[in-house]
Amino acid sequence: MSERQLLSGNEAIARGAFEAGVTVACGYPGTPSTEILEAVVRFKDQIYCEWSPNEKVAFEVAVGASLAGARSIVTMKHVGLNVAADPLMTFSYIGAVGGFVACVADDPGMHSSQNEQDTRHFARFAKIPILEPADSQEAKDFLRLGLEISEAHRTPVILRTTTRVSHSRGLVTLGERQAPRVVGFERNPSRYVPIPVWGRKMRVRVEERIGEMAAAAAVSPANRIEWRDRALGIVAPGIAYAYVREAFPEASVLKLGWSWPFPDALIREVAAGVKRLLVVEELEPILEEHIRALGIACDGKNLVPTIGELSPARLLEIRAKVDGVPWTAPVPPAEAADLPARPPVLCPGCPHRGIFHALGKHDVIVTGDIGCYSLGVFAPLNRVDTILCMGGGITVAHGMEKAGEKRRLVGMVGDSTFFHSGITGLLDIVYNCGASVIIVVDNRTTAMTGHQDHPGTGRTLMGEPTVSVSIEEIGRACGVRNVATVYPYDLKQVNEVLKTALASQEPWLIVSRAPCPLHEKKPVGEPRQVRTEACRKCKLCFKLGCPAIEAGADGIPSVNRLLCAGCAMCAQVCPAHAFEPIAKT
Amino acid sequence: MTTEIISVVFAGVGGQGILLASEVTARAAMAAGYDVKTNEVHGMAQRGGSVIAQVRFGTAVPGPLVPPGGARVLASLERIEALRYAEYLAPGGLAVVSTQAVIPVTVSSGQAVYPADAEARLRRVFPRLLLVDAVAEATKLGQARAANLVILGAVAGELPLPAEAWTEAIRACVKPQHLEANLKAFAVGRALAAGGRG
Repeated sequence: MSERQLLSGNEAIARGAFEAGVTVACGYPGTPSTEILEAVVRFKDQIYCEWSPNEKVAFEVAVGASLAGARSIVTMKHVGLNVAADPLMTFSYIGAVGGFVACVADDPGMHSSQNEQDTRHFARFAKIPILEPADSQEAKDFLRLGLEISEAHRTPVILRTTTRVSHSRGLVTLGERQAPRVVGFERNPSRYVPIPVWGRKMRVRVEERIGEMAAAAAVSPANRIEWRDRALGIVAPGIAYAYVREAFPEASVLKLGWSWPFPDALIREVAAGVKRLLVVEELEPILEEHIRALGIACDGKNLVPTIGELSPARLLEIRAKVDGVPWTAPVPPAEAADLPARPPVLCPGCPHRGIFHALGKHDVIVTGDIGCYSLGVFAPLNRVDTILCMGGGITVAHGMEKAGEKRRLVGMVGDSTFFHSGITGLLDIVYNCGASVIIVVDNRTTAMTGHQDHPGTGRTLMGEPTVSVSIEEIGRACGVRNVATVYPYDLKQVNEVLKTALASQEPWLIVSRAPCPLHEKKPVGEPRQVRTEACRKCKLCFKLGCPAIEAGADGIPSVNRLLCAGCAMCAQVCPAHAFEPIAKT
Repeated sequence: MTTEIISVVFAGVGGQGILLASEVTARAAMAAGYDVKTNEVHGMAQRGGSVIAQVRFGTAVPGPLVPPGGARVLASLERIEALRYAEYLAPGGLAVVSTQAVIPVTVSSGQAVYPADAEARLRRVFPRLLLVDAVAEATKLGQARAANLVILGAVAGELPLPAEAWTEAIRACVKPQHLEANLKAFAVGRALAAGGRG
């Protein structure tokens, strides 16, 4: 018997890349896609892999590998594909040489994302096939299938997972690695250069390809009809299939793993064989609208929610509606009705806390960005006013300033985010005579997604030492005259620099530099404790929002020793000097 | 071997070691010859937020998510988090709850109140409740961070998986230097459950 392993969907994709002879893998970290490349790097002696500065770059690097003849993959979260949309749309015209699969992870339910966009729209938009695995075994199998489709139809392919596929584990049967393709770019400008004269021909080919792929999808092992009771047939793409099987064990199912181009032959067949047709798809009614356009009556979003992710609980509710019986949702016990919320928070010892605390002293607008520091929006810090997208922390500030906002604008981005798409925004502020104060909270890693390297860390994904690109030098090269570096645990220094920057009428780049203690896996300093007799109950320490500082019933704080990272910001904000190092006693 | 799908839900606060507990359970079920699916929360919610992990095993498991009322065991490393996810527990199921309280920042900053009567609430909500001072038990072993394995030991008594499958799973998931302490913590939890103390 072949070896079986318990793999997450993301690990299974990496395994699939290994087995299918992929030799180049690129990406930018983003939940829930990050672990794909972290698993690919285990095969680094046979697969070149890199964290690129952003998804557009990663996509283009993988395109280059494909055009040279190699099998390549690129990984990103759903919003990352927005960044890579430019190369995506034209690579569809040019077409792949070596198999090319973009592994894009959607986040229905927005567990770790700012929106809930449905990547299936992108597949139809770019006119390229999309595969939707339902579990880890399929994630591995579909990666290989995607590469084969890519080569057979000269097209990029999207392998779309969702959070529940990427982050669920299941048993996967392992296979051997096949020999990689021979690499050697063959010059042929009419094939690779989409200037209008050749691009128009490519455009025709894109359209012809759709029909060929729809026919292939109808006979693909990724799609199948499971005939059971004929009273109800359900069309279920991706992980919806798993929920449907559990909630409707008796129903016939059209299981779709290759969902676009729509396999019309299979859709017509299942519709003709059942009395009633129901489409259960997560997020947008993409299949449903197409099925109706074919002239087939079906239920869909009249019973299945468009917003949020599907779940066994939601399927039970859908089942009740289909059966026409009353539905009573499970009621949480009264004992759970008033539980305190427990949102994610900045960790104990997080260096970002020093910046948020300092910003709290000023009446400024803070345009935030994507990363751990988005958590600064919560009370008691309350110091993020807007978040748009990667890099938006810099540019939104500039726009507000130019619109005439009277308060000073502070844009805040992380180190990895700055390299991703902050530099062009900074350039814009300087070039167009803006005066925003940009703070790069540099914790020397891509922290939120689990500590990945980036151009500033001095190390590659494959573990090689490399140049550590300086944020300050980039700022100066962009033309910023006021560049300062602060140590965020030194609140006095942070306050002074921030005060000077806010008082000036010029753009500032402040780099707040201290490594993420979670990544360093060591405390910042000596853990603290409270001298209760000294405490004046002023509650200033609680304004730090530190999880290690807990409120006692008497209003006197105590420090949770299991959590305290010894950053000593509490000692700096306490007017009574009540926080002392434990080591002293 | 049972043909039903057996589900376990682990709850707690990001960073408490829930992922390890769920991975050990999944590997133990795999070692015992079952089909297994798990689900975990990654990313933003790990930063001190409320998190759950789900493990399901049986002859064939369709999906990774546990339906409401579908879990044979609800294990929580923090006492009020057990209340938050109470609806997952099946009627007659066992709740294994650490007495540890982790006070959320929403409480310290005065926006919310941590229930003073958490233990009474737990006793009302869960007819079958095993309260374990997991941190104290793990601290006795010199490894306070192994509280998750104490809880897992107590969970194990409720699941039809052989002892050697658990040992094999713990061995596969824990770094060698922490193996002994973790195996001991697991044994302590198992003994507590068997003794019916709590």
